[in-house]
Amino acid sequence: MSMGKKGEPIIEVEGLDTRFGDNVVHENLDLTVKRGEVIGIVGGSGTGKSVLLHTILGLKRPNAGRVRVFGLDFSTLSEEERRLNEQRWGVLFQDGALFSALTVAENIQVPYREHLDLSPELMDELAAVKIAMVGLRATAASLYPSELSGGMRKRAGLARALALDPEILFLDEPTAGLDPIGAAAFDELINDLKETLGLTVFLVTHDLDTLHATCDRVAVLAEKRVILVGTMDDMLRSSHPWIHEYFHGPRARAALAGK
Amino acid sequence: MAELSNSGAEEADETATFRTNIENRVLRLIAAGNWSIVYLNKVDGELRGLSAKPGDAARAVIDLSAVSRFDTAAAAIISRTAAELEEQGLDVAYEGVSEAQHLLLDKVEACGKPEPVHLPPPLYLQIIGKIGETTRALAAEGYGMLDFIGSVIVIAVRTLMRPRRFRMIPFVHHMEKSGFDALPLVCLLTFLIGAVVAQQGAVQLKTFGAEVFTVNLIAIIFLREVGLLLTAIIVAGRSGSAFTAEIGSMKMREEIDAMRTLGLDPLEMLVLPRVAALTVTLPLLTFIADIMGLLGGGFVVFFMLDMSPGVYISRVQEAVGFWTFGVGLIKAPFMAAVIALVGCRAGLAVTGSAESVGAMTTSSVVRSIFLVIILDALFAMFFTAVDI
Ligand SMILES: Nc1ncnc2c1ncn2[C@@H]1O[C@H](COP(=O)(O)OP(=O)(O)OP(=O)(O)O)[C@@H](O)[C@H]1O
Ligand SMILES: [Mg+2]
Repeated sequence: MSMGKKGEPIIEVEGLDTRFGDNVVHENLDLTVKRGEVIGIVGGSGTGKSVLLHTILGLKRPNAGRVRVFGLDFSTLSEEERRLNEQRWGVLFQDGALFSALTVAENIQVPYREHLDLSPELMDELAAVKIAMVGLRATAASLYPSELSGGMRKRAGLARALALDPEILFLDEPTAGLDPIGAAAFDELINDLKETLGLTVFLVTHDLDTLHATCDRVAVLAEKRVILVGTMDDMLRSSHPWIHEYFHGPRARAALAGK
Repeated sequence: MAELSNSGAEEADETATFRTNIENRVLRLIAAGNWSIVYLNKVDGELRGLSAKPGDAARAVIDLSAVSRFDTAAAAIISRTAAELEEQGLDVAYEGVSEAQHLLLDKVEACGKPEPVHLPPPLYLQIIGKIGETTRALAAEGYGMLDFIGSVIVIAVRTLMRPRRFRMIPFVHHMEKSGFDALPLVCLLTFLIGAVVAQQGAVQLKTFGAEVFTVNLIAIIFLREVGLLLTAIIVAGRSGSAFTAEIGSMKMREEIDAMRTLGLDPLEMLVLPRVAALTVTLPLLTFIADIMGLLGGGFVVFFMLDMSPGVYISRVQEAVGFWTFGVGLIKAPFMAAVIALVGCRAGLAVTGSAESVGAMTTSSVVRSIFLVIILDALFAMFFTAVDI
């Protein structure tokens, strides 16, 4: 498991077309994510951010185009190579997607049990560390997902995504449903992880504070493709009406003022 | 001093290793290699033993300068080891720790010491606990069921007084799904069972030369008991389970709560149409099941005993009075209500998890079949008492 160099492309999407029946979601979409950066994906509701994430993860087959992660085209890999490489990413789905039959601790331990050979004590310790890291109380370890609040489910999902210390972390609206303190702690956690583990983060979000606090670059999804990729400053300078509205609207001004 | 080390220094980068030595009362722990979670199980086991034997050391130094990769799992193990050494009264210092490793160690240390895992209680306590729990749950279930039946009756009466509130479309929909769609299965099974009963009966009765009474056997057994029981059990398996799964998954997705907040009563919207639909369709299905059973019997009788259809029909007429048939049909709506109520209630009892939908569906089918048979026994006692 060699770590690549910082700044080299880690996710490459080229000419991507996706559609559901007649509903074209993406058309000729290009996007490159560099190793070690936090990239924020923004776009209106229903512009296909979640679908893009699912496509990169190989959960949805693209209708045309190429998706490469770690320089590999997952659709051509053998079963075994796929399994090995899938351990290199962690995913937090929009609604947590915890296994409802397992407790929080067991959810976190799923990748340990499936992929590694660890002693039960070590698995319990690591689960406890992850639980504390994402800001859950230790008592949450033995609760079932149905016994958690929405925000707690998000955190538990994040703990599971972080279980194997992945190279890429995919997050679908991680701060939606978190209280502002929790969301700020979350931003800090992302920054720390990026710094300490060299993590690449693919972050779908509507949260302008999170964008400001964590993202190195932002990609804007509109008109079925990525219309602009750049730093926050680039976003603020853009004259595209939607981007302007997004980053200069009343909420955006409030977020900016809070900086 | 004894040196505790693990093998494989040559493949240092593809596995995690460490050495310890004690010099001038300083315990040195030198970690090397790739300390990422994939390689940590072995060093973890060895480090656990370490704090038990620090020898005469007064200080400990943890040296991470030869570590190529260091993740949160590694940080957790190292910081645990450091904490254990400190508990032994050693001063612990780090050496060769990079900025990033330092941050990670801080982060993990800030998480605090993991809580010890709870051990399950001894087996005999678990068994006693289980028995008590089941008894309590059974009592609560009986009480809850009565409560539920009461609420549904209240809603039914309210709806009777204001018939416009009755949900006609779901009612018809459920009649189709649980009644009409069940026809092929019910017809086929009752025809076959009718034929089997007739065939077995004829063989046995032939030994007494009483094979003509096969007709009485089929007619009475089917019209009074088997037609209904068979249909009720099929319907419990088909529709009772469907009710539980439908309502249960709505409950799971908070649709039931959403209904309540919109001022809609789930009992009126979901339960009543289903109970009403089944109460209407089960007697109809039973009637058809009775006919099919008689047909199956007649079929066998025709071939085995050479009895013409005309004779068969008139013998059936002689064998059964109205009440033989009536007894079967009277029971049907009650059984239908039991099946639908049990199914709906199990659905509403679903908690958040997908697993509980499965568990409740199973228990709804088991319970409704059980109750159908109990109810049949009670009716048998009742009809014996009133002499029909
Ligand atoms: N399984 C599916 N079947 C059919 N259409 C789908 C499916 N999933 C998504 N879509 C369609 O794809 C489009 C993009 O959906 P997507 O979930 O990616 O939006 P999004 O950008 O994530 O929005 P939000 O910000 O609200 O989460 C929508 O028009 C949606 O209707
Ligand atoms: Mg989405």
